[in-house]
Amino acid sequence: MKTDIILAGVGGQGILSIAATIGMAALHNDLFLKQAEVHGMSQRGGAVQSNMRISDKPIASDLIPMGAADIILSVEPMESLRYLPFLKKEGWVVTNTTPFINIPNYPELEEIIAEIKKRKNHIAIDADSIAAEFGSKRSSNIVMLGAASPFFEISFESFEEGIRKIFARKGEDIINVNIQALRAGRDFTEKNR
Amino acid sequence: MQKLLLLGDEAIAQGALDGGISGIYAYPGTPSTEITEYVQASRFAKENNIHSAWSANEKTAMEAGLGMSYAGKRAMVCMKHVGLNVAADAFINSSITGVNGGLIVVSADDPSMHSSQNEQDSRFYGNFAMIPMLEPANQQEAYDMAYHGYELSEKFKLPVLLRITTRLAHSRAGVQTLEQKPQNKNSFPSDLRQFVLLPSIARRNYKTLLSNQGAIEIASEESRFNKYIDGSDKSLGIITTGIAYNYLMENFQDQKLNHPVLKIGQYPIPRKQVMKMVNECDKILVLEEGYPIVEEMLKGYQEAGTPVTGRLDGTLPRDGELNPNLVAKALGIETVLDGTIPELVKNRPPSMCTGCGHIDAYTALAEALAQYGEGRVFSDIGCYTLGALPPYNAINSCVDMGASITMAKGAADAGLIPSVAVIGDSTFTHSGITGLIDCVSENSPVTIIISDNFTTGMTGGQDSKALGRIEDICKGVGVDPDHIKVFRPTKKNMDEMVQIMKDELAFNGVSVIIPRRQCVQTMKNKELAEQLVKLNLK
Repeated sequence: MKTDIILAGVGGQGILSIAATIGMAALHNDLFLKQAEVHGMSQRGGAVQSNMRISDKPIASDLIPMGAADIILSVEPMESLRYLPFLKKEGWVVTNTTPFINIPNYPELEEIIAEIKKRKNHIAIDADSIAAEFGSKRSSNIVMLGAASPFFEISFESFEEGIRKIFARKGEDIINVNIQALRAGRDFTEKNR
Repeated sequence: MQKLLLLGDEAIAQGALDGGISGIYAYPGTPSTEITEYVQASRFAKENNIHSAWSANEKTAMEAGLGMSYAGKRAMVCMKHVGLNVAADAFINSSITGVNGGLIVVSADDPSMHSSQNEQDSRFYGNFAMIPMLEPANQQEAYDMAYHGYELSEKFKLPVLLRITTRLAHSRAGVQTLEQKPQNKNSFPSDLRQFVLLPSIARRNYKTLLSNQGAIEIASEESRFNKYIDGSDKSLGIITTGIAYNYLMENFQDQKLNHPVLKIGQYPIPRKQVMKMVNECDKILVLEEGYPIVEEMLKGYQEAGTPVTGRLDGTLPRDGELNPNLVAKALGIETVLDGTIPELVKNRPPSMCTGCGHIDAYTALAEALAQYGEGRVFSDIGCYTLGALPPYNAINSCVDMGASITMAKGAADAGLIPSVAVIGDSTFTHSGITGLIDCVSENSPVTIIISDNFTTGMTGGQDSKALGRIEDICKGVGVDPDHIKVFRPTKKNMDEMVQIMKDELAFNGVSVIIPRRQCVQTMKNKELAEQLVKLNLK
């Protein structure tokens, strides 16, 4: 079993909290894990990604080879397209449809969505709206993780366990909101895949 | 003994803590920053009085580490690759003094320049200093090398250079820890003149260093960090250093690798194993992250005349970091791609944060400078370097820490008046003060803007060593107090800022302008908030 995930977004959008939750879920299953992040200058409002690799065998490279990723999990629609050369043929693009516009020449959203829909395996989800429905816009990242969760060879319960550990210090309410977010994301994918 | 999920940087810090260090010395710099931050956050370090405060720059860090070693204790010194340039005087001479307590110098290289102005390879410095060098392939080795590196350092009485690159520094994996070692007791060097580099003593020490080279090489040949993995297909032998080994093995997850592989993690390169490969194989491919150092050495190393390929003959790119696909291509393995980046995807470069004080300072400066025309702003290393990008297009140089002030001076000497320097508070403390002394001593017509945000912003908000003392430092080195101007950079204050800048640009002497407002990224930092209140800065 091996799952290679490219996490994508814009510096400050918090993709590392998704990475941390996946990491916890992987540890819960005694899996090997490598996760490369971007720190430093490029973090400031620039395009950022994290290469996350999970396997039941030792992992060689910290970087995912091109054409090898199982999932691109992006919290921003244009960013989901930036890493397409890394995706394998049957790989899934799972992306938020809410754009983060901090450049003057940001393309038309419809054109971006059209590009995403060219991939046979895609999930385009308005995670911000779904998260807002139960009053927690900040958990849109966890909605995204939930939407990608069916494509992992990790049980859904392990992700729930990961959330309990990551948010343990923030109290039961925050944990529940995030588990709700995780489920909402998964439900969306189950209905739309 | 437990298993931890650690960044490569954190693994080094944990290895050093478990290896019995008494102190870590560093100046922040991507990708090395998290090593020191890990020690600063460690409860164990606090309870055991392990030094971890930031140093003013890499040179002071290196010297303090050497001082701790003199006193018999184990120390770690950390920096990014260009920091080693700053520390080079102390670093190179530390191989002539030798050490007493174990000393590991960590230099984190940044091939592909993710957050740097060049991609220099620190292994040149290791060779230059003629000291043992370690280069981990993964987080576990990073831990093990920091942990065992102290034994190596104390065995040869030499500092050890631990070299990593960005991908390992900022990638996380499981790490098995080892037994916690106690700190060394204080002790003097057995020869109290060991560290006195008078020519007569330095000549003797240098001969000792030279005579130790054979033993250091044997240590490499016997090191568990150098592995010869034999293979039946001798048409090609492959040498990897550091994380390049991972990229090689990534291509052989589903198929067997039949070529002999020499995995190098300790330098000098192990002659015995290298010669075995040279003599047995028809051709050698060198995979190394950084400059083609091993490749170049091999070309002049062996008499067998075995062809060597790698970065120099175009088998691999001459610049940039390696990855599994580049290595696959070098081995003739085809990569099948399914997708390309659609044309509509636009670049999203890093930018200054919304609400950043640097932005207001640049806006005012642009207006104040309008009458003189463009091309007069010498800047420095920090977030404000992003002022080079549109829409600001505000600066004309960024070279090395502190270069803004001295380049502005040189340009003024050449007749470019007014010349402007833009430097941050932390960079000013790092390497700007000495340049300011040059300006003052010649009363150079320069306007120096110290954009003070109370922190080392670019690397994530570390301490600024001259917090609350910038004006005093400027006065102390002789800047006329009438030409030290402080204000709060905001849109509301724009007219006042522009007027002050215009006045000082017109002044025929040294001016220091200090736009001062807290970095928006540090607003949640309670410790800093308390300090600012105490210093009456808030």
